[in-house]
Amino acid sequence: MTAAANAAVAPAPARGRGNRSLWALQARGAPYLFVGPFVALFLVFTLWPVARSLALSFYRSAGPRAGEFVGLLNYQFLVTDVQFHLAVLNTLLYTVLYLALFIPLSLGLAVLLNSRRVRFRNVFRFAFFSTHLVGQVFVAVMFYLLLAPRHGLVNRAIGTALPWVGSEIYWRADPRLAMPAMVLASLWINVGYGMIYFLAALQNVDRELYEAAQVDGAGRWARFAHVTLPGIRPVLVFVLLVGTIGALQLFELPYVFFDPPAGPGMRALTIVMYLYQQGFETGNIGYAAAIGWVLVLFIFGISMAQLKVSGATEDL
Amino acid sequence: MSDAGSNRVRGTLMHLVVHAALVALALVALTPFFWLICTSFKRQEDVFTSAFLPWDNLGALTVDNYRRLLVETPFARWLVNSLFLASAQTVFVVTLSSLGGFALAKYRFAGKRPLMLLMLGTLVLPYAVLLPSSWELMYHFGWLDSYLAILVPGMVSVFGMFLFRQSMLTVPDELLHAGRVDGCSEVRLWWEIALPIVRPMVGAFTLLSFLGNWSSLLWPQLVLQDESKFTLPIGLSNMIGLPQFETNYGVLMAGTLLSVVPVIVLFFVLQRDFIAGLASGAVKG
Repeated sequence: MTAAANAAVAPAPARGRGNRSLWALQARGAPYLFVGPFVALFLVFTLWPVARSLALSFYRSAGPRAGEFVGLLNYQFLVTDVQFHLAVLNTLLYTVLYLALFIPLSLGLAVLLNSRRVRFRNVFRFAFFSTHLVGQVFVAVMFYLLLAPRHGLVNRAIGTALPWVGSEIYWRADPRLAMPAMVLASLWINVGYGMIYFLAALQNVDRELYEAAQVDGAGRWARFAHVTLPGIRPVLVFVLLVGTIGALQLFELPYVFFDPPAGPGMRALTIVMYLYQQGFETGNIGYAAAIGWVLVLFIFGISMAQLKVSGATEDL
Repeated sequence: MSDAGSNRVRGTLMHLVVHAALVALALVALTPFFWLICTSFKRQEDVFTSAFLPWDNLGALTVDNYRRLLVETPFARWLVNSLFLASAQTVFVVTLSSLGGFALAKYRFAGKRPLMLLMLGTLVLPYAVLLPSSWELMYHFGWLDSYLAILVPGMVSVFGMFLFRQSMLTVPDELLHAGRVDGCSEVRLWWEIALPIVRPMVGAFTLLSFLGNWSSLLWPQLVLQDESKFTLPIGLSNMIGLPQFETNYGVLMAGTLLSVVPVIVLFFVLQRDFIAGLASGAVKG
């Protein structure tokens, strides 16, 4: 208020001619100054590596200096590389399992928390979200113990609740349990995070639509299917996309959890882990780059398919 | 009358069921934290005999795990390294992204459209595809085993640029105009008018950046070689593989707990801003 009053009394500080043109210069130059540092770094550390990585994928290399142009050979080799196929299958299995549980759980949680007259909503919201604050590496260390056979808390709980299963569950040694263990840990990390998005979306759905639907005699499920789902569709598509893209890049969780990182029977070998091994343990960064570009194709293809199926292309 | 009564009973029942479900799920989320704290104070032999605490022998609780962690491993060093790297990188990336986002939202300048298209094109690229070429670049810069390899590339966040552009669009032009009339420089418009308005986004992005950097393993592990430069994720994940700690659950859990606490503290500092910022990004984005 006082600032405005001052301005009315003494509009625009007096300046000389030279100062005024300097002033105009800072106004015109400002946007370039603001984006300049970002653009410079973006060119060097994002765009150049993108182009260079595409080029690298046509080279066979051992270490950073050696390199031999091999055309499409890396990609041809990927087509017949059994280990790569396994990595793709493992990653897809994880992605499907994870999303099939993640979306309903986080949406369900949001619906529960959004119901009227829920008390301590903020406390619950924080409780569910807090698990997201533990980074993947630390979660992997925690689950290394939580899932330890016999003594691990999860196995103790299973042994108590389902005595016929028992607590001798070898999550780290049984090939069939490798990906389920990863799904379990990922859900613990991410369900609360997804819930935050859904909760925000639910609170934006028009209350009157529910009342209108109720007047029309729509039951609980009908209201969910015909009012809630269409109302939150953009956020649903967003969470699904981000979830898929993240899941396809699974790396740190299995890398820390399993020893060797590929897990029992290589059932925890993921695409990014295979890229890492080929590029930085075997030393063929050209082959690693090719794996990276195939992953890009997967991500593009699957995202496009999801957008198409959900009919979200009209919204974008 | 009885109809309304049974409705009320049903409502109360529903109310109870919802709360019971929420409490049960919250327990699933929170129990591992409680267990983590308990385990970090237990002797090795008690880890196997009790799930949480050895209730009949609470005198057996010990801080020995923490002592071993700090004396027998360079954990304290890694903690300091991680605190430095994550804080510095967060300050840089939040500053650059909010400045850039401000320019994208509120100015017209040459090359804006092509820039935004290029940024959009890289938005969904998986970071893994950049690993081979970025590593090669660090090699040629001579930045391997240097924090420059983490801090400088870490200043770029296309995601952050878009988040800030999106929220800076809500800053009213009239306010900026009034600022200019009052003789504010453009930098002061950003600092004193725009940033306070998008404060929730600053909070949300600060936490997400810090969390991302704090827990990242892949890139730091690729570029750092000297153990004294390691970050917590590298150090802790290596400890699992060491014979003297592999089965020493107490020490591992003490390390995990100390690694989680700083992020939780930051969350409490930023929490009001954080939830609002995250939600606004989702609903508009």
